[in-house]
Amino acid sequence: MVEQTVQIVSNQRDTDLYFRLVVRVPQIAPLVQPGQFVHVRILPLKHALLRRPFSIFQVSGDTLSVLYKSVGQGTEVLSQMPSGDELNLIGPLGHGFTVPTPGGETPLLVAGGYGMAALYLLAQRSPQKGIVFVGGRRRVDILCEEEFRALGWEVRATTEDGSHGEKGLVTHALQAELGRRAPRRKLFACGPTPMLKAVGQLASEFNLPAELSLDEHMGCGIGVCLTCVVPIKTDDGWEYHRTCTEGPVFDSRQVAWEEAK
Amino acid sequence: MNLSVKINSLTLQNPVTVASGTFGYGAEYAPLIDLNQLGAVVVKGIRLQPVRGNRTPRTFEVTSGLINAIGLQGPGVDGFIRKYWPFLKELKVPTIINIWGTTVEEYAEVARRFDALGGVGALELNVSCPNIKEGGAQFGTDVKLLSQVVAACRKATQLPLITKLSPNVVSIAPYAQAAEAAGSDALSIMNSFPAMAIDIETRRPRLANVTGGLTGPCIKPIAIKLVWEAAKAVKIPIIGMGGIQNAADAIEFLLAGATAVAVGTANFYEPQTALQVIAGLRQFMQQQRLLDVRDLIGQCR
Repeated sequence: MVEQTVQIVSNQRDTDLYFRLVVRVPQIAPLVQPGQFVHVRILPLKHALLRRPFSIFQVSGDTLSVLYKSVGQGTEVLSQMPSGDELNLIGPLGHGFTVPTPGGETPLLVAGGYGMAALYLLAQRSPQKGIVFVGGRRRVDILCEEEFRALGWEVRATTEDGSHGEKGLVTHALQAELGRRAPRRKLFACGPTPMLKAVGQLASEFNLPAELSLDEHMGCGIGVCLTCVVPIKTDDGWEYHRTCTEGPVFDSRQVAWEEAK
Repeated sequence: MNLSVKINSLTLQNPVTVASGTFGYGAEYAPLIDLNQLGAVVVKGIRLQPVRGNRTPRTFEVTSGLINAIGLQGPGVDGFIRKYWPFLKELKVPTIINIWGTTVEEYAEVARRFDALGGVGALELNVSCPNIKEGGAQFGTDVKLLSQVVAACRKATQLPLITKLSPNVVSIAPYAQAAEAAGSDALSIMNSFPAMAIDIETRRPRLANVTGGLTGPCIKPIAIKLVWEAAKAVKIPIIGMGGIQNAADAIEFLLAGATAVAVGTANFYEPQTALQVIAGLRQFMQQQRLLDVRDLIGQCR
C-alpha cells in the first residue's frame, strides 16, 4: 500500500458515460494483484471529502488504468480532468482474486457492465484461458471485449435489450454453459449485487467454487471507517468483514447474503 | 521550539492526536505514515464484549461532512488485547484507549482491565456516541450519570482519564465541570453531532440506523465554540476536535482553549493530515516567533 500524487496520462471517453483513465504510478503498478483497487482523491472536489474506489483494469510498465462510469459528483468531475492534472492515489488495496495455478481449474469469468475491468488482470495472468461472460443493459454497457479476445479468451456477451450479443441476462448464458457439465471449473465474478447473488446461487447448484468481488459503498478504503462491511459466515454465526481489506473478493460460500441489508 | 504538552501525567511530544473511530487501531495507518510522529494514537471505542455494529449503509457523505452510524463495531477488550495491543505497545508514542459500556459497572470494569494491562497512555471515556441504543450518549447528556461514570472509572484506574463530551447539550459547562469534579484529568470536545439525511427518490433515510453522527469540516465552528465555553468553565486540559483539516484549523482550537487537538474524519480521505498539521504548526510558530506551543493555548482575546 502506497500513497502517491500522480499525473493523469490520459482520461478518455470509452462509450456513453464510460471513461478510461491512465495514470503513471511507478510505486503502485508493480504491486498490483488481480481484483485489487485504488482509492482516488479527486483533488478539485472541495466539498465532497471522501476518496473514490476504482478497480484496477490494466497495468502496463509504470502505469495503471481504470475504467469508470460517470455516475455522480466525484466521477463527473474526474471525467472532465485533462491529462497532466494531478490525482492522489492510495493503492493497491484489498484482497483480490486467486490466480488459477497451471493445470488447475478452468476459469469462467462473469461480469456485469464495467465489472469487466476488474477481471482483466485475472484473465491476463491465468495460465489457463477460459470464457468471459459479460452482460449489460445495452450495447454501450459492454466494455473491453476486444481486450479479452486479444488475450485469447472467448467472450460471450449478453444484453437485456438484445442490441449486442445474446438477448437476456448474463447469468442465463452462464447457466446454459454450466449445464454442459465440463470438469474442473471455477467462477470469478464482478458486477452488481443481484448478479453476484445469482452467480453464487449457480455456483452452489453446480457445486463449483466461486470468487465474488463485492461492490459496497466505501469510506476510507484502508480498513478503519467500517463503512463497507458485508456479513461473512464464521464458525459460530456471522460477522461484518470489510470489503476494502478482507475483500473486495470473497469466496461465495462465505457470504451470508440473508443477513445483508 | 517546544511542541510538547501535558495531559496530567501524560506528556505528548506534540499536541496533535487522532480522533477515536477514525484511526482504527493504529496499525492500519502504519504503511502510510510514521505513527511515532504523532502526539498520541487514539483507538476506536472498546467495550467488554465484541460488538457486531449496525447494519449498512453506515455512512453518508454530505457537503463538507460525513454522517456515520457504525455502531461501535469492535473486538471487545480481549480481542483488542490479542489482535492489536502487541503492535501498539511497541510504539514510542502513547496509546489512548477509548472505552465505553452499557452500564456504569461495565465502564469501570473495562477501565480496570486496561489499568491492569500496563503501558496504556490514557483512557478516553466515550459517553457520547449517538449511534448505539444503550450506553453512549445517555451517559453524556445527563450530568448525574456522567458524574457516576467518571467517578466509577476514577476508582478503577490510576491512568489519566479523558472524558469525551457530547455536543448535544444546551450548555457544555455543567458537563465539563461535572467530569472535572468526578476526577476526569482532561476533556475531549467534541463527539459527532446527531444528524440525518434522506434520499428524495426512495424517501428513505440514507442510513440503516436512520440517524447518525455528523463529522468533518462542517462541524468545526460548533466545536470551536464548545471548546471556548468549556475552557472557561474548567481548569483541566481540553483535547479539541471537529473538522480539523490543516494546521490553521488546529491553531484555532488551541486559541479557543484546547491544549491538544485530534484529527478525525480527515484521516479517512487524507492519511497524511495529522503529520501535515504538525509540520504546519511548527511553521506557524516560526513565522510568529513563538518558542512554546503552550503560548497559543487559550490566547483568543
